[in-house]
Amino acid sequence: MISQFFVLSQRGDNIVFRDYRGEVQKGSTEIFFRKVKFWKEEGQDEAQAPPVFNVDGVNYFHVKVAGLLFVATTRVNISPSLVLELLQRIARVIKDYLGVLSEDSLRKNFVLVYELLDEVIDFGYVQSTSTEVLKSYIFNEPIAVDAARLPPLGPAAIFMQGSKRMPGTAVTKSVIANEPAGRKREEIFVDIIEKISVTFSSSGYILTSEIDGTIQMKSYLTGNPEIRVALNEELNIGRGSGSLYDYRSSTGSGAVILDDCNFHESVRLDSFDVDRTLSLVPPDGEFPVMNYRMTQEFKPPFRVNALIEEAGNLRAEVTIKIRAEFPSNITANTIVVQMPLPKYTTRATFELDRGAAGQTADFKEANKKLEWSLKKIVGGSEHTLRAKLTFLQETHGNITKESGPVSMTFIIPMHNASGLQVKYLQIAKKSSTYNPYRWVRYVTQANSYVARL
Amino acid sequence: MAPPAQSHRSPSPSQPSGKGEVSDLKSQLRQLAGSRAPGVDDSKRELFKKVISYMTIGIDVSSLFGEMVMCSATSDIVLKKMCYLYVGNYAKVNPDLALLTINFLQRDCKDQDPMIRGLALRSLCSLRVANLVEYLVGPLGSGLKDSNSYVRMVAVIGVLKLYHISSSTCMDADFPAILKHLMLNDPDTQVLANCLSALQEIWTAEASKSEEASRERDALLSKPVIYYLLNRIKEFSEWPQCLVLELVAKYVPSDSNEIFDIMNLLEDRLQHANGAVVLATIKVFLQLTLSMTDVHQQVYERIKAPLLTLVSSGSPEQSYAVLSHLHLLVMRAPVLFSSDYKHFYCQYNESFYVKKLKLEMLTVVANESNTYEIVTELCEYAANVDIPIARESIRAVGKIALQQYDVNAIVDRLLQFLEMEKDYVTAETLVLVKDLLRKYPQWSQDCIAVVGNISSKNVQEPKAKAALIWMLGEYSQDMQDAPYILESLAENWDDEHSPEVRLHLLTAVMKCFFKRPPETQKALGAALAAGLGDFHQDVHDRALFYYRLLQFNVSTAERVVNPPKQAVSVFADSQSSEIKDRIFDEFNSLSVVYQKPSYMFTDKEHRGPFEFSDELGNLSIGAESIDNCVPVQQVEANDKDLLLSTSEKEDVRVPTNNGSAYSAPSYDSSASLSASQTSTDLVTLEPALPRQASPSLAIDDLLGLGLSTTPMPAPPPPLSLNSKAILDPGTFQQKWRQLSISLSQELPVSPQGIAALTAPQALIRHMQGHSIHCIASGGQSPNFKFFFFAQKLEELSNFLVECIINISNSKSQIKIKADDQTSSQAFLDQFQSALSKFGTL
Repeated sequence: MISQFFVLSQRGDNIVFRDYRGEVQKGSTEIFFRKVKFWKEEGQDEAQAPPVFNVDGVNYFHVKVAGLLFVATTRVNISPSLVLELLQRIARVIKDYLGVLSEDSLRKNFVLVYELLDEVIDFGYVQSTSTEVLKSYIFNEPIAVDAARLPPLGPAAIFMQGSKRMPGTAVTKSVIANEPAGRKREEIFVDIIEKISVTFSSSGYILTSEIDGTIQMKSYLTGNPEIRVALNEELNIGRGSGSLYDYRSSTGSGAVILDDCNFHESVRLDSFDVDRTLSLVPPDGEFPVMNYRMTQEFKPPFRVNALIEEAGNLRAEVTIKIRAEFPSNITANTIVVQMPLPKYTTRATFELDRGAAGQTADFKEANKKLEWSLKKIVGGSEHTLRAKLTFLQETHGNITKESGPVSMTFIIPMHNASGLQVKYLQIAKKSSTYNPYRWVRYVTQANSYVARL
Repeated sequence: MAPPAQSHRSPSPSQPSGKGEVSDLKSQLRQLAGSRAPGVDDSKRELFKKVISYMTIGIDVSSLFGEMVMCSATSDIVLKKMCYLYVGNYAKVNPDLALLTINFLQRDCKDQDPMIRGLALRSLCSLRVANLVEYLVGPLGSGLKDSNSYVRMVAVIGVLKLYHISSSTCMDADFPAILKHLMLNDPDTQVLANCLSALQEIWTAEASKSEEASRERDALLSKPVIYYLLNRIKEFSEWPQCLVLELVAKYVPSDSNEIFDIMNLLEDRLQHANGAVVLATIKVFLQLTLSMTDVHQQVYERIKAPLLTLVSSGSPEQSYAVLSHLHLLVMRAPVLFSSDYKHFYCQYNESFYVKKLKLEMLTVVANESNTYEIVTELCEYAANVDIPIARESIRAVGKIALQQYDVNAIVDRLLQFLEMEKDYVTAETLVLVKDLLRKYPQWSQDCIAVVGNISSKNVQEPKAKAALIWMLGEYSQDMQDAPYILESLAENWDDEHSPEVRLHLLTAVMKCFFKRPPETQKALGAALAAGLGDFHQDVHDRALFYYRLLQFNVSTAERVVNPPKQAVSVFADSQSSEIKDRIFDEFNSLSVVYQKPSYMFTDKEHRGPFEFSDELGNLSIGAESIDNCVPVQQVEANDKDLLLSTSEKEDVRVPTNNGSAYSAPSYDSSASLSASQTSTDLVTLEPALPRQASPSLAIDDLLGLGLSTTPMPAPPPPLSLNSKAILDPGTFQQKWRQLSISLSQELPVSPQGIAALTAPQALIRHMQGHSIHCIASGGQSPNFKFFFFAQKLEELSNFLVECIINISNSKSQIKIKADDQTSSQAFLDQFQSALSKFGTL
């Protein structure tokens, strides 16, 4: 069981504080914040505090969500997974109720949050984290905050980026908010979110690649009807015999082979083995229906080539080339390419493609990094950045060992690399006039997308 | 020390601190208290919100207690809730005022709306005021019988709260029995789960006081309860599932069919999206199959994929918790993960603590087939701009080199590191090359050639410098410049700030001197002179020692300082296997993340339920921490004393074996011994030993000796036992669980023996004289229970004994388990003969 729960702002202010068992001293929030802020690891001046640590017999757990620290303390030797999952879940439940999770919304709605906390945990024991079950115990109404100015939160938030906002504002709608017109809009969101990790060798060969995906659902259907989600029929789970990294698998046949997956507790898999459909009665709020992991060979959305060469005394030249290998009707956005340069670099001048609108390149003096941002990349196109570097001292040894690797982040809406698809979304409700909005959205993001020099 | 966090906070506009606001609120609340005006609830809400927000940011608003209570007469549920929250927070510091609230809370406990009943009951129990407990019993009793599950749910936890305020009130009202009934009959799974949590806490706390409570606690692990919970597990929500699984992991099934049934039932829990459920299930699987080697291995194979999926889904924090567990499993069975090494490659955006775990995993899974790829990957990190990770990676390469047979390629890589000419890379590599040479002296030629090129001026880190100097001394015959480098170092003695480096320098100069005397003489003179004048004690002493050795005889000095060396075959592991096993036993807990068993970071009263093995663990740790050369008598005396002290502190319990299916020895061990206690005992006891060895003890020992030396008519026992046998309780417990009973017999106890058995200690001492050692004991007349162990003299083969002596019928029940079953009869004979002599002399 846990002893206390609290939420701190980035500056360390208490936004919410609940002591369930009175076993941990009152100053715990300050002890915690000081420890996190000035965490020291052996041989390191600055380091990130691990999510779990012990100070004087008190165990502190924390997760960072939307720039806030969600913290639990306990004196007992409890399962760390349980507490960290719980903290994450509390954050999600609060978000379900407030519509948006931010310091501002928490401060405005702290009484509602206390209401939630009273029902989620009693005397340190978890009672319920189901948004749905909790509904009947919550009496405060959420005070809305302006969502537009808020930093994005959670995987689904990427649908809200910039001007490319997706239809509907459901993502920031509270589960208990009253619609202005007095009637709820019937809609359901299914998001297939994939995070890609790829490592390219210096010769462009793929060293490792992995897709971590999740099917996220958020339902605003009244009466909680049962839903059937059909996935690709040719979907295999478990890579069977042979090495996990045996790339001879059949990419041509269109079969999707997942290494492994897990499911939300509401999902029933009765007919999953037969026709690859998941049936569930979606609970209120946002939740992951299924998480999956794939190491089967797939086509990386971007090819990255990077080169650094000495060009005379105290000079070097960097060339980074990225090629978008997805169809031309798809556009990637918010692309950032970063490359650490040799420590003794003093200056860098850049040469971008001609007509490169929405591109910027910059040399970050403080951490000696090259940063190249592109607003969007259309499928099939190729972009090159050339940079001329000036050094403070003569290079010794191998210049490629002093720089790199090149890392890249991007978002590609309406594209997924694994080929996993939601074929249809069936809502079991008798009435023929009932036709709620169904949003099935795909998005691919970079997790660790790296090219070595 | 970091400055207080306060100074880093910019004062926020929403954080007033003055008392003005509080007294303002006070008068406003007063005005509203009696008001019946329309809209008054809304104004109250605003005021209450302000009060709560002050409370949250730490402003003391306890002075408003009276006004808050006055305003609480309302039907508005939001107001009620805020008021409850406030009252719960301040009742403890205002016990007198808390009395004011009792009235309206009690009234609300009888409200028509189950929600109000539940809320009021919860608040009532949260007051934490000892002199109000009498008001709790009634509402709790009716709450437990409420028709609404929400109220029952609250009431169950309320019982636990009451227990913590006043355990006697709770026990006197017989609430635990009601909870037990609810646990086995209530249709609502959350009520059930709360009962389980509450009972675990209550029985565990009571177990040290009453025999019955400890039996009740054990009964939670009995087959009917476990099966009942398992059969309903799918009705539970995810959190209670974790609770049940944690309990099942402690259950000991009677046969393998049972094990397979449980595993099949829980199989699909491994596909749960909640990592806590998956880890709890894995713990069950691992614990159940401990004694079935092949199945255990299959479990590892089975859980790999789910664990990897959890690591890569979820937040970085969740993934870290799971990765720590994966790390533990990989460290235990690296072979099973050797083909998964690519999963342990680091991603550039991962945090230091994640990367560090991954590097350790990469190190242990390296084998002949994957070493090349792993080392190639590690070399990439070594060139990384992230310096701490680069360092760790180089160390990882070094460790892999030390554990491989074919170090050829790796040595080349290490030497390439030296060519990178980055200071920290060079430093780390030098330390590794030194270790490598200590293990594989045959590589000296290649390494020395490269190391010789490094200028000592480029090496600043003490550890690296010490390593370089060590190599200069050790291989001075192969390094042309060695004497001159050492000489210049010795001449610049004062520039060297690290005593470690100066110590190494002294030794290196000595070694070099024996190999190349004429060239080194000057350096030696300089070093010794400087060393004798060194302010550091060790450096000075070593210089003086060398000086006298040389004065005495140069060739003797050479034999002392520079004898031919044997290659180190294995470097000692930093953690004992016993500690590792204990961490493994505590799978799915913080122990895994901290990489420490729980007794190292929790205090006794906060151990979870059923953490029975801890007390035993402390015993063994205590025994271990005594240096090995301490006479064994002393160790035994210490152990004995610990047992003694525990049974003195404890109400001894009558062991019952029939009630529970699980009869692990640890149940009978004392539950009140804490780590700190143990260590203090040891510290204070050692000097006081002569006094502790009381006359009776001495006589017993003498008698024991006398017995074995007096020529006996009986032939010498065929089995010789190790009189200094040591077995730690963790191992004992594990073995007891794994081994089957090889012999079970009822033996008579002589009347003299019964007469002598006034306390368990008498028998323990007696048996020790026969090389049969007690590991745990307990009980009270007429039943005593002992766990003994013995070890064969010539091999590490253990005998484990459970011995229950009933004084009233002069019988003893003996159960023997043995590593080597063939000799258990011989052991039984010996045990019997030892037992029969008890009290006869």
